[in-house]
Amino acid sequence: MSTVTEPARIYPASPADTGESQLLELSMGPQHPSTHGVFRMDVVLDGERVMKLKPVFGYLHRNHEKIAEHETYLGSMPYTDRLDYICSLTNNWAYALAVEKLAGIQVPERAEYIRVITAEMTRFLNHSALIGFLTQDMGASGTPLMYAFRERETILDLFESLTGARMMCNYMRFGGCRVDLPAGWLDQARKFVATLPRFMDEFERLLASNEILMARTQGVGVMSKELAVNAGVTGPILRASGVNYDLRKVDKYGIYDRFAFKIPLGEHGDTYDRYMIRMLEMRESVKILNQALKDIPEGPIIDPKTKIRGFRPKPGEAYGRIEAPKGELGFYLVSDGTANPYRYRVRSSCLVNLTVLEQLCIGHNVADVVVILGSIDIVMGEVDR
Amino acid sequence: MTLETIKSEIETKVPGCVLEIVPNPSPSAQHSLRIDPAHAVAIATFLRDSEDLRFDYCSNVTGIDWPDKEISEKVKVKQIVDGVEKEVEEVRKSHTIGYLEVVYHLFSMEKKHGPVILRMRTEDRAEQVHLPSLTPVWQSAEFQEREIFDLYGVIFDGHPDLRRILMWDGFKDHPMRKDYVEPDDYEYEPTAHDEVLERARQHRTVMGAQ
Repeated sequence: MSTVTEPARIYPASPADTGESQLLELSMGPQHPSTHGVFRMDVVLDGERVMKLKPVFGYLHRNHEKIAEHETYLGSMPYTDRLDYICSLTNNWAYALAVEKLAGIQVPERAEYIRVITAEMTRFLNHSALIGFLTQDMGASGTPLMYAFRERETILDLFESLTGARMMCNYMRFGGCRVDLPAGWLDQARKFVATLPRFMDEFERLLASNEILMARTQGVGVMSKELAVNAGVTGPILRASGVNYDLRKVDKYGIYDRFAFKIPLGEHGDTYDRYMIRMLEMRESVKILNQALKDIPEGPIIDPKTKIRGFRPKPGEAYGRIEAPKGELGFYLVSDGTANPYRYRVRSSCLVNLTVLEQLCIGHNVADVVVILGSIDIVMGEVDR
Repeated sequence: MTLETIKSEIETKVPGCVLEIVPNPSPSAQHSLRIDPAHAVAIATFLRDSEDLRFDYCSNVTGIDWPDKEISEKVKVKQIVDGVEKEVEEVRKSHTIGYLEVVYHLFSMEKKHGPVILRMRTEDRAEQVHLPSLTPVWQSAEFQEREIFDLYGVIFDGHPDLRRILMWDGFKDHPMRKDYVEPDDYEYEPTAHDEVLERARQHRTVMGAQ
């Protein structure tokens, strides 16, 4: 009956038994640019080869969930910005969606469109920044990262004119958004989105067939479908292993069923596929952006009857999840009828995606650990919470 | 597929298990299934491998603390006062034992359905806090169960690598519990927690406060 493999760590046989070489225990991190934040790995090495790897984290832990239990529902919204601080708007959306499920709040159409536009822009900037960081990790000092950041800055400018902040946007509200689009914002956004295909072509020409990138990534850190599903891996790195699971298609939350877009799938599940999936997803995001910017209707951005102050949902619980750029971001809320959530849980995609890090790295060289970690795409704000 | 049919299917396939549907009154209507810890691994394996269910993806593992509660009820009791029967109000206090709860959100990547929500409860909050680990069934539970062990103190039997994950190794308490008291001297963290409290207490005595 069972086709799924039981999770088991198969460690290579220790060469110390043969008396030929000695194992070296190495602590990678926590203070190093390649670890993407304060993150440490205890690695056991046989020469250059990784025998064992244990991720160590919690340096950025501030117990976000406990803080939220002492906050009102709305009071936690700015804290969600600080989870995955590159993609604050998708964090906002995931939390707003969970609360809307908990209290049964409807969202007006214009707000749904604004959510999709900002979320796809967030996905675009996350993926382009990630590819920049990934190539940086491989030693391509600066150039690809600067290309990626050039586009990212333009998106952040758009976010700033919309929400007042570049990164800590705190923009979504239960039942809609905080403010309407400023005058001329849509034209600006349309003009910018029209330039993106050119950037994508340029970015792809720069990297996709680069010899060093291929040598460093192809066949490195291969993740099988079975492992990916069993380990709960989500997001682009799941689809790079060929599993067709995107919450925008599966749950159709918001208004994602209105847009025509495809889910790119990888074949090999290696680091190169994980890089390529992001390039392809950026193109799909541009497609969604074009459609959303064309169709966005006039109307209210929040239901005027929605209670902002003194918001007390009825006792019960709800789990809401969205396809954040890094994977499934879920919020599980338990209400006891008071103004504060009884339990507030963040299902962090980065934390769960890290589960497979050891299995991906075993047998590879220590330099590949940096590349594999880079391709998993973690942000410590969301891992540690 | 409704939760009732899943429940009856589990009952036929896993004999002897005790299941209970926990209703969710909120508009989300995500009802959950309370399972008994003794059969948890068998139930989870069945849910994962069953041909028409295939819950191959365990998305979210959450710990919840439900502390001991004292409920005082006002009950009207008939009493004979001075030879006359009268209704007298009496306050009855009942004490419920709290527990720790672990909630699993399951989805199916193959069939694209879900969620099915499983709940497990410990017997109390202090002594019997053992629950079976579902990491052998879904590896995605590995870090999340470690987190619950760290922050709630639930001991998962059968977990391959049960250590603290977010707090440092020398930390003593479980901060997500509702009755957790913060140390009042953050300067000295990360020294052992109780030592800090003791030092703070002595300090207060020396200063002439209570």
